[in-house]
Amino acid sequence: MALIQETDYGTPIRLAQDTVTLTIDGHAVAVPRGTSVMAAAMMLGTKIPKLCATDSLEPFGSCRLCLVQIEGRRGFPASCTTPAEDGMVVRTQSDAIAKRRRGVMELYISDHPLDCLTCSANGDCELQDMAGVVGLREVRYGFDGANHRDAPKDESNPYFTFEASKCIACSRCIRACEEVQGTFALTMEGRGFDSKVSPGGTDFMSSECVSCGACVQACPTATLNEKSVIALGTPEHSVVTTCAYCGVGCSFKAEMKGDTLVRMVPYKAGKANEGHSCVKGRFAFGYATHKDRKVKPMIRARITDPWREVSWEEAINHTASELRRIQAKYGQEAIGGITSSRCTNEETFLVQKMIRGAFGNNNVDTCARVCHSPTGYGLKTTLGTSAGTQDFASVDHADVILVIGANPTDAHPVFGSRMKKRLRAGARLIVADPRRIDLVKSPHVQAEHHLPLLPGSNVALLNAMAHVVVTEGLVAEDYVRERCDLAEFESWARFIAQERNSPEAVEPVTGAQAQRVREAARLYATGGAAAIYYGLGVTEHSQGSTTVMAMANLAMATGNIGKLGAGVNPLRGQNNVQGACDMGSFPHEFSGYRHVSDDATREMFETIWGVPLSPEPGLRIPNMLDEAVGGRFKGLYVQGEDIAQSDPDTKHVTAGLMAMECVIVQDLFLNETAKYAHVFLPGSSFLEKDGTFTNAERRINRVRRVMAPLGGMADWEVTMALSNALGFPMEYHHPSEIMDEIARLTPSFAGVSYAKLEAVGSVQWPCNEAAPLGTPMMHVDRFVRGKGRFMITEFVPTDERTGVNFPLILTTGRILSQYNVGAQTRRTENSRWHEEDVLEIHPFDAEHRGIQDGELVALESRSGEIALRARISERMQPGVVYTTFHHAMTGANVVTTDYSDWATNCPEYKVTAVQVRRTNGPSAWQEEFAAGESVLKRIEVRLDVPAAE
Amino acid sequence: MSAPIAELRPAAPTPHWDDTLAIEIIAAHAGLEGACLPVLHALQDEFGCVPPEAVPLVAEALNLSRAEVHGVVSFYHDFRAAPPGRHVLKLCRAEACQSMGVDALAAGLLGRLGVEWGGTTADGSMTVEPAFCLGLCACAPAALLDGEPVGRLDDAALDALAQKARRA
Repeated sequence: MALIQETDYGTPIRLAQDTVTLTIDGHAVAVPRGTSVMAAAMMLGTKIPKLCATDSLEPFGSCRLCLVQIEGRRGFPASCTTPAEDGMVVRTQSDAIAKRRRGVMELYISDHPLDCLTCSANGDCELQDMAGVVGLREVRYGFDGANHRDAPKDESNPYFTFEASKCIACSRCIRACEEVQGTFALTMEGRGFDSKVSPGGTDFMSSECVSCGACVQACPTATLNEKSVIALGTPEHSVVTTCAYCGVGCSFKAEMKGDTLVRMVPYKAGKANEGHSCVKGRFAFGYATHKDRKVKPMIRARITDPWREVSWEEAINHTASELRRIQAKYGQEAIGGITSSRCTNEETFLVQKMIRGAFGNNNVDTCARVCHSPTGYGLKTTLGTSAGTQDFASVDHADVILVIGANPTDAHPVFGSRMKKRLRAGARLIVADPRRIDLVKSPHVQAEHHLPLLPGSNVALLNAMAHVVVTEGLVAEDYVRERCDLAEFESWARFIAQERNSPEAVEPVTGAQAQRVREAARLYATGGAAAIYYGLGVTEHSQGSTTVMAMANLAMATGNIGKLGAGVNPLRGQNNVQGACDMGSFPHEFSGYRHVSDDATREMFETIWGVPLSPEPGLRIPNMLDEAVGGRFKGLYVQGEDIAQSDPDTKHVTAGLMAMECVIVQDLFLNETAKYAHVFLPGSSFLEKDGTFTNAERRINRVRRVMAPLGGMADWEVTMALSNALGFPMEYHHPSEIMDEIARLTPSFAGVSYAKLEAVGSVQWPCNEAAPLGTPMMHVDRFVRGKGRFMITEFVPTDERTGVNFPLILTTGRILSQYNVGAQTRRTENSRWHEEDVLEIHPFDAEHRGIQDGELVALESRSGEIALRARISERMQPGVVYTTFHHAMTGANVVTTDYSDWATNCPEYKVTAVQVRRTNGPSAWQEEFAAGESVLKRIEVRLDVPAAE
Repeated sequence: MSAPIAELRPAAPTPHWDDTLAIEIIAAHAGLEGACLPVLHALQDEFGCVPPEAVPLVAEALNLSRAEVHGVVSFYHDFRAAPPGRHVLKLCRAEACQSMGVDALAAGLLGRLGVEWGGTTADGSMTVEPAFCLGLCACAPAALLDGEPVGRLDDAALDALAQKARRA
């Protein structure tokens, strides 16, 4: 194994169809028009010296090291800023060029510390390399002149340092922040000799920097360097793998020293991220080896007992016998399991296989239940596939972008950056969101329309937009006639054209100005290729599935599906939420979304698995908990999910868990759910196993093991052991064998294998005989279901109503630095940006209640009450408050209710009627929580073994 | 030399700074093409400087990052972070004036006034800033006092200027 060095062409790869042919150092090369001389040379393998150029950035031409000679041209043009032309004859080396390059290097080095041997970038420094390449042997100016060698170091960012004395002012960091990340947090301060890179006259931590790492990545010297590299030294080998945070699915090189992870470097060949990253994937990996990791199996008889560490064998056998005991006593249906959107496809597939095959029922569900289950339902019903329609690259071609119920710059930052890049290039933006999210207005990006709708009114808003399309004659008639079911369209069009769906009629419900809605609808329908991007602000409602169908209606009516730059695109919350759904994690569906009652499908599984399977759909998560409270559901296997923190109405969840006799938690940490568990099985992080994750664009990416599982077994091995103990044999030697079984049993995965992924990097399903290399865009010539199906989307207000006692609406979400329940990010320095959950409240609502910024307030709903600090913010609209759910101690989900989507039971996290008032202490639930922390997480200390072991 | 970073961030708030007035001034120019420089000039005309307080307001109004605005402000020597003294002396340090001994003159003057480049005397009478070529090479060493050229400077002439500044 070696360190992967990706080729740097110096300037971006151009994709023009027509080519030009030029000669470089006597060799002819044909390159796409627009390619720089520098990149053209690199295509021949000729490296032209450079410092200010790198291929993630547009050429800048400042370092003057890449000078070349071109026949018929005067002087020495910079090869980075000179486009290749037909017939050009270029020399990259000559005595005259060498002299100039050496002269430039002399000037750089005359003002650079000569501490190469003790420098953190020693061996990984382009300045050092270039000094070698140009043959620098002396610096005639000496080193005593005016210089920057005493410039102070900025170590405020927890993950990287800014060592100004080593800066060569090439601007790569500034340009990366602008062009790649789109945050514009860096600038060149001052001028002339005083020019210096600055995060706006302050330090990095107090600046606008979002710590994405693009500047560190771009820096050619030690100036911006990872603290982990400073501490550990440069890595010696790297392994390409996939980030385990959000559904963007970024590819990273895990750069290692032995089995120590030194740093995560975004991989340019990764098709989801193309070399970009965010603060979570790039830096927040410390949780994987955090001291809180529990690496020994543990069991206990009662949840009030302390945990007792046992061998794997004892834990597995105990678990199997408990599950069988419960089934003998309470019936075959009394147990079930939950698969994880954080685990791999292979692991998820095994869990549902074990439940269907060994438990002998279909009581399997997944955390997608509480996030994107309406996406699956809504898109399958209308279009025929339970997934987004485009690849991420499609956004580069969008003319109009509608973002609804999503906050990409916080929750899907790498895609957010890509979207912002397209917006800066001129695409027009509509944001429908109760809050003024960053996309509404941030440097160089501004939404043309922000529709600040009230939580719970998505369907009314989308219906109103469709009303405008239909009644103003903006329907793409040819498209609808050719591709959609006409009878269904006509009945939908009659419904949507009714006056009660007009923007004016729904204005009191949505709170969005009718005129604005009309303008936004016209823009969406007539502005060119129009893409919809949405998130949990769409799905986590009582009408989540209806909203998804309303978006599909709107997109079909305007001809915006099946073409580049358009589509309906869910931004998936977790790394493998798409995969978990694909792998048959739902109680009614096998992998590939085939119903358990379908005899042919079931027979196929029965043949290969060698057991009879139940044709009856099993219990969903909320049903399992209800049944548990009712005394009929007694055993639960939870892999990599924390329902006691993430699921709504915490008190109901914990009541369900407490009513069970055997709760098995398999996780990295003793999480909230583990407080109510009887068996704890150590989970393995994404660094500790092989497998695949499927991202929001249906892309199947490889996860590769870089270190051994800390607990001794990868998650798939644990499930296998449990299944074997239950008498349902599984024998896989590597996850690739599980993928082979998935491919055999799942038509949309038929062409997927590890060998193919190794060869092509990643594929997007469907990947089968018809599309051996996968399918970047769906529904291209026809809809997967045949004819696109318009669905009637009647707006039905949620039962959760505001009133005198609970006059405000609470909506919840995520912020950039933390992830989901925070089990990972809270165990990293990311908490420096977000130490606690706060309640964002509009100044009007705050003043009315006498609440000052930073004060402790009680947040109460019909479900429960918590206390947290208030942050007064004009991002909110009056009447709506907002919080995050990253901290268990806060207990945001104590407040949320158990209302859910009518079709899929996806909880209505986004609408809870609440009251807010000043308080001076934690709520009763929070006090109980604090008490439980010490009691329910105790681990027995064994006196017969030395404590050091 | 431009002001070191510490001076760009005065500990005390800028005197006479008025957020509401600043927002009005910014709004009045924000619609112009390339509005940043006209906005900064208008602010300096009103407040005598473009203090750090102005940066987020300009950034918000023009939809730029704070860093970008800081970059522009710090690029131009004539945008000040703090209000100047009652009089401003711009002493030329370019080649012709250097050859006529301005470095020594400047060192002497700064020492006698007890200020550094860009600094203002304790009594607030004068700010001394460097300039790089005023086009007055024929009568070097040269300077501008409140925009008016003065030439053939020596220690006595400079002291006289300082004296005049203290009185007015």
